[in-house]
Amino acid sequence: MVGPKGIRKAGIVALFLLPSAVPLAMFTIAPMVAAGWISLHSWNLQSPMRWIGLDNYTRLLGDADTRDALLHTLLFLALYLPLVYVCGLALAVAFNRRFPGRNLLRSMYFLPVVTSWVVVALTWKWLLNPANGLVNHLLGLAGIPGPGWWASPGWAIPSTVIASAWKDSGFVMVILLAGLQSIPEEYLEAARLDGASAWQSFWKVTFPLLTPSSYFVVMISLISGFQVFDQIYVMTGGGPAGASRPLVEEIYDLTFRYGDAGGASALSLLLFALILVVTVVQQRLQRRWVHYV
Amino acid sequence: MSRRLLIALLAAGALFMIFPFVWTVVTSITVGGDVLTTPRLIPERAGLDGYRKLFEFLPFWRIALNSLVLAVVSTALLLITSSTAAYAFARLEFPGKNVVFVGYLATLMIPMQVLVVPLFIEIRALDLVDTYASLIVPTIASAFGVFLLRQSVAVLPRELDEAAFVDGAGHIRIFLRIILPLIRPALATYGLFAFMSSWNAFLWPLVAIRSREFMTLPLGLSTLSGQYSNQWNAIMAGSVVSIVPMLVLYALAQKHIVQSVANAGLK
Repeated sequence: MVGPKGIRKAGIVALFLLPSAVPLAMFTIAPMVAAGWISLHSWNLQSPMRWIGLDNYTRLLGDADTRDALLHTLLFLALYLPLVYVCGLALAVAFNRRFPGRNLLRSMYFLPVVTSWVVVALTWKWLLNPANGLVNHLLGLAGIPGPGWWASPGWAIPSTVIASAWKDSGFVMVILLAGLQSIPEEYLEAARLDGASAWQSFWKVTFPLLTPSSYFVVMISLISGFQVFDQIYVMTGGGPAGASRPLVEEIYDLTFRYGDAGGASALSLLLFALILVVTVVQQRLQRRWVHYV
Repeated sequence: MSRRLLIALLAAGALFMIFPFVWTVVTSITVGGDVLTTPRLIPERAGLDGYRKLFEFLPFWRIALNSLVLAVVSTALLLITSSTAAYAFARLEFPGKNVVFVGYLATLMIPMQVLVVPLFIEIRALDLVDTYASLIVPTIASAFGVFLLRQSVAVLPRELDEAAFVDGAGHIRIFLRIILPLIRPALATYGLFAFMSSWNAFLWPLVAIRSREFMTLPLGLSTLSGQYSNQWNAIMAGSVVSIVPMLVLYALAQKHIVQSVANAGLK
């Protein structure tokens, strides 16, 4: 059966597939499997691993730091998602008309999207600097005492949300704009003929027909929101006093600050499970609110 | 809403979007202690003090070069490994193809944030911490690229390959001479995103790199702001240096970048 021809064919498949299969197996699948194994052990990266079964998981589920990190991540999402969606939607609706300078303006809104999180975070850390920052200076001129922004426990997460929404609203705009432009003109025409106002036809026709794009935005934002790290790490370092530390930073700290590789691996897998559950739930829920033409 | 009002509002908003970049540049050319006094849009004393400090605090040329080389190498590797796998899944028949495909699909769901600790442990076991190799390792192959390119290979008519096959061409020749030239637009799109994500990556370099000479720009900047937290002109100078190449890329390929983001939402 496996003659010279079969070997040659296998060689071709290997030639085309192995360059991606080997690295993916080695540097994605193998570490994930290893994480599962390590998560069942007590291990500080130095001394021999000690089997402790599910202790890491039960410990994490009752741990105050982990709970706080989850709450910070959820708070970030609860502020970020509505803000970035509303900004993106308003921009998409505005750019869905023709006017001179439209492309230039749109490209200005998209510019922060191609900037790195570290630069975005540093720029906003400077703008929102409580002592010497421009924003508090301007607020001061208006007679408003500026808050402590990223240096105060209550404002740390909102500060990172402002920076994130500034970076991402152009991205959301482009996706929703493409969705708006794919809505057939006849639907809006029909609404107009039936005497619907602009407001009514937006909420009764446009918005429902935009739900597939909205669904995409919500999915992407949820998934990236659960993984939020870069901008918070750079702006606040998770502080002050851990007041803004998200889940990914907790994983990082467990490993590199507390030398708890077992706990960090367990938390990585819990985060993975959380993202999977959210994805599946969204997939189920979409039947209730996403309308396809 | 009248058109004039709309344009005025959008222009005001656009200024708000652009202003942080302007402020970054202004701060970067503000001299010395002036940064920490009353903010001024036009600095009283302008100069390259911030840039001078930047190169004094960190080996910044080396760091910028690291970022550039890494982005080019990662992009090239990703384009090669993704396009060959795309060809395998779109054009070759082999036993277990579906299982392998599902395996690729599974890796798509694992983000770097989840992978970072076990991958670090693996890199440590391979004695690769703090090397260029450690930076490249997670960007050799990506299931995302495979799916993107497979899609564009799958829509090409099979008659093209069959005609070449009849003329005596093998798979390697068909791939290099027929398929690759025809999926150039998809390669360009994916290449752009691969380049940007390598250029902007932070979490993995943060974990994998210790020494200054192996740092990339985002890591260098974050280190700079950690160690010299009040030297805002130097920090903003570093930000300007790391934004400029992206701005150039964006200016050149703006339509392409915006269009591919738009398409992503329409699937």
